[in-house]
Amino acid sequence: MSTRSVVPFGPHHPVLPEPLHLDLVLEDEKVVEAIPSIGFVHRGLEKLVEKKDFNEFVYVAERICGICSFMHGMSYCEAVEHIMGVEIPPRAKYLRTIWCEMSRIHSHLLWLGLLADAFGFESLFMQSWRMREKILDMFETSTGGRVIFSVNKIGGQRKDMDNSMIRSFLDIFAGMEKDLKELTGTFLNDGAVRSRLDGVGVLTEQQARDFGAVGPFLRASGVQYDMRTTGYAAYGDIDLEPITSNIGDSYARTVVRVKEIFQSIDIIRQAAAKIPEGDFAVPVKGFPKGEYMMRVEQPRGEACYYVKANGTKFLDRFRVRTPTFANIPPMLETLKGSQLADVPILILTIDPCISCTER
Amino acid sequence: MAETKLVAVDVQNLLEEATKLKSGGYRLVQMCSTRVKDGNELTYSFGKGYDLLHLRFTVGDSTQVESISHIFPPAYFYENEIHDLFGVPIEFMTVDFKGNLYRTAEKTPFKGGDSQ
Repeated sequence: MSTRSVVPFGPHHPVLPEPLHLDLVLEDEKVVEAIPSIGFVHRGLEKLVEKKDFNEFVYVAERICGICSFMHGMSYCEAVEHIMGVEIPPRAKYLRTIWCEMSRIHSHLLWLGLLADAFGFESLFMQSWRMREKILDMFETSTGGRVIFSVNKIGGQRKDMDNSMIRSFLDIFAGMEKDLKELTGTFLNDGAVRSRLDGVGVLTEQQARDFGAVGPFLRASGVQYDMRTTGYAAYGDIDLEPITSNIGDSYARTVVRVKEIFQSIDIIRQAAAKIPEGDFAVPVKGFPKGEYMMRVEQPRGEACYYVKANGTKFLDRFRVRTPTFANIPPMLETLKGSQLADVPILILTIDPCISCTER
Repeated sequence: MAETKLVAVDVQNLLEEATKLKSGGYRLVQMCSTRVKDGNELTYSFGKGYDLLHLRFTVGDSTQVESISHIFPPAYFYENEIHDLFGVPIEFMTVDFKGNLYRTAEKTPFKGGDSQ
């Protein structure tokens, strides 16, 4: 008869740079239940909205997380713009789209590196992050920042990218594509990599729906759901199909993210070809009154930004439902029945961002 | 284009409404609380395709709210958050962290100030 034991996992663990604790109930080496514990570094950023001018709060919103900082700031702005009835210039929409997709490539490359590091493939980790560095360089060139960009404001953008800069970025992406194909080919075809991912942590389509999975974690279980298709920013002018897989395991999640890197490059090319000339911001007067929930597709999945405004410079409520928060319950489902040795990989395959979750 | 609908409900009818949405094929998108005078305004958001439906109700500080986590399994995570940050008493959660989901320096920190 097998013996049950409880193994504490985290909050500090070599493969998790951020604090997340799980109590793993094991039968021998098999996980039968996992109880999560978060909240080690909860910052209460949402509460600050009651004391910061709604224009200044953009800087707080983009500090929710260092990976999705652009999208946090942009989504907050879009929610307030919607309440105030502000129509931003078309060029600003395209700029937002380009920076969003650069964020997605950067995030997915970061994740690929962390995954390689988790199963001990250090050269693959280094190659992934070497390529990610090029994206950070492009961010630095276009915004002045590598982590926090501060280019969003209510009414548009604070900075423009001139057309020669956009063209130079397209040249960099063209050069990167060859390296990316080689790199991602190893992730998708190498026997050692596949032995750690194939059939590990399967989430069925029904489980994905029932437990509220989002993003690549959801799409890898066969659900065609991507908020970009709703057309925020300039996505309405972009041709894109959600990338899915029907397998639902850790390998499928890797496939989806790898394909999304190439899809993002394609979206940037489409946006660069269509970006109109003109202003990149409009003046905004008055204070917002009303409420709106903005939903966007972050690299990790659907994120919801709820803003409630009362007609003064302070808002009543700002609430973010981050993708990682939504992905924790379905992740616990994938842990059930897995081997203890696969737990770090499984946690990584949802691409957890505790910084977002502890907003 | 995604559509959004807001439906006001009574807290007594919450389970009935949630059950209807579940059988109608909706998924839970998010749950949040907003502090209002002497209570909390709760918004539970459900999605079907890209459309969104919000159930909205207001409760007093001591009003017990019944959990919907046995209808929508991930709800327990949001309910524990609402309990820990706003102090909303929620009963019958499938997993109850008893106020320990968030390790905050003060209990129910978002309950402190009423909305401006």
